[in-house]
Amino acid sequence: MEQAQIHADLTTQAKEDKAKQARAYWMRVGGAIALLIVIALLVNVAAKGAFLEPGNIIRVLRQITYGCILAVGETFVIITAGIDLSVGSLISLSGVVMAMFANSMHFGGFPLILATLIVGLALGAGAGYINALPVVKLNLPPFITTLAMMLMAEGLSFKLSHGRPVPLESGDFQNTGIGFFLGPLFSTLHLPGLPIPIIWMIVIVVASSVLLMRTRFGRYVFALGGNEEAARLAGVNVATVKTMVYVISGMCAAVAGFLLMSLFSSGSPQTGTGDEMLEAIAAVVVGGTSLMGGRGTIVGTFFGALLIGMLYNVMNLLSIESYTQKIVLGAVILLAVVIDELRKRYLRRA
Amino acid sequence: MRGIGKSFPGVRALDGVTLNLFAGEVLALVGENGAGKSTLMKILAGAQPADSGEILIDGKPAQIDSPRAAELLGIGMIYQEFNLVPELNAIDNIVLGSEPGRGPFINERQARERATNVFAELGIELPLNVPVARLSVAQQQMIEIAKVLSRHARIIVMDEPSAALTDREVDRLFAIIKTLQARGAGIIYISHRLEELPRIAGRITVLRDGAAIETRTIDAFPPDEIIRAMVGRRLESHFPELPVLRADAPVMLSVQNLFHVPMVNGVSFEVRSGEIVGLAGLVGAGRTEIVRAIAGADIPDRGEVSVRGKPLRVHGPRDAIAAGIAFITEDRKAQGLVLGMSVRENVTLAHLRQFQNRELLIDRDKEEEATDRYIEELRIRTPSPEQLVHNLSGGNQQKVVLAKWLVGVANVFLFDEPTRGIDIGAKAEIYNLMVNLAQNGAAIVMVSSELPEVLGMSHRILVVRGGRIVRELSRADATPDAVIAAATGAAA
Repeated sequence: MEQAQIHADLTTQAKEDKAKQARAYWMRVGGAIALLIVIALLVNVAAKGAFLEPGNIIRVLRQITYGCILAVGETFVIITAGIDLSVGSLISLSGVVMAMFANSMHFGGFPLILATLIVGLALGAGAGYINALPVVKLNLPPFITTLAMMLMAEGLSFKLSHGRPVPLESGDFQNTGIGFFLGPLFSTLHLPGLPIPIIWMIVIVVASSVLLMRTRFGRYVFALGGNEEAARLAGVNVATVKTMVYVISGMCAAVAGFLLMSLFSSGSPQTGTGDEMLEAIAAVVVGGTSLMGGRGTIVGTFFGALLIGMLYNVMNLLSIESYTQKIVLGAVILLAVVIDELRKRYLRRA
Repeated sequence: MRGIGKSFPGVRALDGVTLNLFAGEVLALVGENGAGKSTLMKILAGAQPADSGEILIDGKPAQIDSPRAAELLGIGMIYQEFNLVPELNAIDNIVLGSEPGRGPFINERQARERATNVFAELGIELPLNVPVARLSVAQQQMIEIAKVLSRHARIIVMDEPSAALTDREVDRLFAIIKTLQARGAGIIYISHRLEELPRIAGRITVLRDGAAIETRTIDAFPPDEIIRAMVGRRLESHFPELPVLRADAPVMLSVQNLFHVPMVNGVSFEVRSGEIVGLAGLVGAGRTEIVRAIAGADIPDRGEVSVRGKPLRVHGPRDAIAAGIAFITEDRKAQGLVLGMSVRENVTLAHLRQFQNRELLIDRDKEEEATDRYIEELRIRTPSPEQLVHNLSGGNQQKVVLAKWLVGVANVFLFDEPTRGIDIGAKAEIYNLMVNLAQNGAAIVMVSSELPEVLGMSHRILVVRGGRIVRELSRADATPDAVIAAATGAAA
């Protein structure tokens, strides 16, 4: 009798708890989407309808592509409570190296594109490996090792290119950079199609999300960020997992470098030396990933990048000058993390 | 201190303790691990609030609601873990927080003067200009003493001050304590080393289960009676019956000449299938370090560990796990669990491979099924497998740790303080589980600081002191007095 009562209590409680979790989840996702829609509508009014035009939406997506791919890699690193400051410079370095490689090859077409991409990915992976080595072996802070990599990669890309963009001799990369996909489907909207880089972004976001949320490796990434010692004692190969997140981050930077090189038909040492890295980190944090590690999602990062991209786009539509844009961007990032923290505290009390 | 009471969730740490300290006196405070000494002293130092009772200083009730308030009342604490800033020198550490000078500027000359005065008073000489991290433990301790003295402390609490000192350094320490005494300070001296108390203490108070059991002058309190007061007579009925150890039970775990200097200094023992072996000893005796070395959490310097006669090459926890060793750590929050993860994610963490499907994705249904099974089997009180372990009680968190290891196929279980900080009901369940494991042929090593637990739950008890096994007691020979005597090194 008593046992049955306890069991019944537990079951009811379980149901309530599940409902509560579902509520919390929808509050989060629904809240984010609702907020984006409200902002979008307001902005659309302010921009006299120019914002929600299909062409403009595609433009926003296209603009966030590179930052979003960078931020996806950074998400893995930040969930382990690490940081990767080298991703911006790695865009430049991989772009320059890939352009030089492509120019030195005597074949073209798809094999050239593939070979170039592989060279870039290997470079990014190698740089990530070097980032991770002192972190794993000597327990040095990743802030320092990736800062050093940032400087070295930037310097190297300028040195290799003598400070000038390296123009691609082959025109085969054009399609990757500025081509379109599903043209007929989009013609009804008077659009040429979905830009290829957006396809890259979607594939990377989905694949990374599966890797992070559904695989053993992904689970270990969270465990490492949540409690490294507990993970180690549970038999997790801490060194390998840690190394892999920096390798993934480096490879994501190389993909961004590849797409930008294709877009500009040249590998420039200046592509990634602006705010790219900082904006990637901002997108990750705005997307709800904790800098303390152990918590975060790829989808959140995508929304974070989208929010930042929308903001820039809107400010351009409203012809707000670039100095003001930075002030607004900084304020919005601060506001986003403050709201997120307050929301969490509210949920914890409820 | 009068009628001090303090409860933590599920535990009554202090139950109306009354303690008197006179000026110019050294009062020794002794008791087993968990008797409530630290909690009592934390209350005195304002680090934790008391639930009930009052503290009187010079006959006047005192409000001690913060460490700062305690300091102003002349209470000085010297913890086992020093509170010095390692990169600052002795002078800076002594004046830290009460720097002499005007405005934002520190008057270096006055600071130096203040420090040298205190050192002169204590008859101490040590380098003043090097970071304290480069000084010896004894020197750092002297700086701590000088620091509380420079703040005009009249009540000085020392927690195990001699634990890390050599004999000669202890002599120095005692000389300094005599000086403090002569200045009229009252000193509370917490120690496990019963043999040193007659040299320094005037009176002894024994604390047990959160109550002050007995206070006597040192001459009227011989060591064997102190031990008896510390151990007491306790109800031991909540321990389940241990399975009978079969005479032909094979050796499951064998440890030969294990070293991990300085804490593990040549340890050898065997545990048979179905046997529970208790490792007893004082805090810092090296018990945890022994099991850590077996589990690959630390890599031993040398020595051999074999499971079922097969020697292991352990380069890390992974190798030990693969050999079927499960290590249930002492500090479940820091080492056993990922608090920000759900019950399900913690339960499957050590054996995720089992929950992968053919596409190398984690099969959530399989995870949930296993988690539900252990929630039911171990009666883990959680609203759902998705609850974050952070939100569970200590006993239920411990059950999650156990579930994590039951998922695998371990046959050697190393329990380090398996019932620390959990309530009686959960304790009994964990005992039953250990018995079940033994019945099914597992070999169990249990480190515990709770004497009744060691006595009630072990087929055999190994007493550890100084990183060595100093005594082996069969269940029949194991009495509280024998274990404590071996653990403290007192002549039995």
